[in-house]
Amino acid sequence: MGIEEEVLDKLRDRFPKLLIEADEVRPGAIRIKIDGKDILEVCLFIKEELGFDHLSCISAVDWKDRFESVYHFTRYNDGTMLQLNTVISRENPKIESLCKLWKSANVHEREAYDMMGIVYEHHPNLKRILLPEDATIFPLRKDFPQQVDRQYISRKKARRGS
Amino acid sequence: MAEFWVNMGPQHPMTHGLWNMRIKVDGETIVDAEPQLGYLHRGVEKISEVREFQKVIILTDRLCYVSSLTWSHAYCLAVEELMDIEIPERAKWLRVIALELQRIASHLMWLAAFGPDLGLLTMLLYALRERELFLDLIELLAGLRLNSNYMRVGGVRNDIPPEFKKSCEKNITHFLKKMDEYEKMMERSKTFVMRTQGIGHLRKDDAINWGVTGPTLRGSDADIDVRRLIPYEVYDQIDWNPAVEKDCDCYARYRVRMREMRESCKMILQALEKIPAGPFRMKPPRRAEGEAFRVTEDSRGEALFYVIGDGDDRLYRMKIRSPIFSIVAATPMMLKGNKVADLLAIMGSVDMCIGETDK
Repeated sequence: MGIEEEVLDKLRDRFPKLLIEADEVRPGAIRIKIDGKDILEVCLFIKEELGFDHLSCISAVDWKDRFESVYHFTRYNDGTMLQLNTVISRENPKIESLCKLWKSANVHEREAYDMMGIVYEHHPNLKRILLPEDATIFPLRKDFPQQVDRQYISRKKARRGS
Repeated sequence: MAEFWVNMGPQHPMTHGLWNMRIKVDGETIVDAEPQLGYLHRGVEKISEVREFQKVIILTDRLCYVSSLTWSHAYCLAVEELMDIEIPERAKWLRVIALELQRIASHLMWLAAFGPDLGLLTMLLYALRERELFLDLIELLAGLRLNSNYMRVGGVRNDIPPEFKKSCEKNITHFLKKMDEYEKMMERSKTFVMRTQGIGHLRKDDAINWGVTGPTLRGSDADIDVRRLIPYEVYDQIDWNPAVEKDCDCYARYRVRMREMRESCKMILQALEKIPAGPFRMKPPRRAEGEAFRVTEDSRGEALFYVIGDGDDRLYRMKIRSPIFSIVAATPMMLKGNKVADLLAIMGSVDMCIGETDK
């Protein structure tokens, strides 16, 4: 039994109902998906019991019908990586902050708030970090259309006009 | 005496880029600090959503002009994971050679900045002179010196030229002799030792909790290197020693980088011996779907690319994890209690690069 299976089994045993998805992405890396409201409970288990001591990155993704806040963890004693996707509603994007568990969450959560507008509750200092403080937009959201240049259109398609 | 805030930046000889360190001082002692970023924000993550896979490489090259190859490599690795392709064996070895050349060039740029920060102006000229050798090698390999545009999704752009191995060996032998000279010059300078030893203390558990990675973490007695922990390309087939120092101060971080340069030289020479024949590039698929992430060891720490494809010929979302972005958040902790003049040593020892931090 590999390390990935071991970690997945522990997670499945502890949270039989909370995990929406749980699978192995490649040797040494797993991916789980939960709902946004369960984040503190799951992360406490990830840190204290499973021993993932390094929070590498927090990214926010706009899926048009929902937001996802994605966390990447590393366990330094054997190099296992864990990706945690949390689902957040698009109308009221709020999720609990992880600053109490990992200090590195601080700036990454500020960046996700700055770019995507997700509010991390109980964050000590949630304000914009890359954009000016008086900015009113969240630029990485998908409701900012960008001009897309399609360069390789086949002649057939061009004639059809699609 | 009353405490008050002082702006160190955005135009200040200490900053090495456009950013601002606000410090609260009580006389000469720093009691609080607050880094301010965002002066160089270009929206790389947003622009990459409308460009095809290969056209994003030129943007990732410019994330950090001092170590462009490592950044475009991290991007290519993540996209290859997304497309689920395995690149040819020769391409992996070529990438290792390019990455290690870039790491030496980047560390030398750091040395050229760190010396003058602490009053050793000669180091600027010496380190830049030797950096030229490695830029010449990168030019021989890729055709360009700074933003090399050498990595490709599915391999590298071109093979090594015939005379490359010979010039590599010649330059590295010359450089290793010069390294001894630098170490003597830096370590026997009383000013340098006084201004770095015992300054900017960073404990190991604090460093891990704050997300500090790379040479800064290895200077805090943590034997953590992504090249060994989660090997990518062919780093597991090369024999090299990790550079770890116990002292947790600026001097330890300096020692780590100096030792890493020697290790990189060793790795390049081994890779040149072991490189197999064969193709150096493959044709990647045009479209990709799913999500993928890969971590690599950048010159400054752990770089992570998280990419999502929605079945189109471009990315749906790309997220860049910059090592300095996390480290700069931890610097107020290292600065508190030190004098204002120590700020130069502490911020110099973490090797700031604003291009990647502001994205």
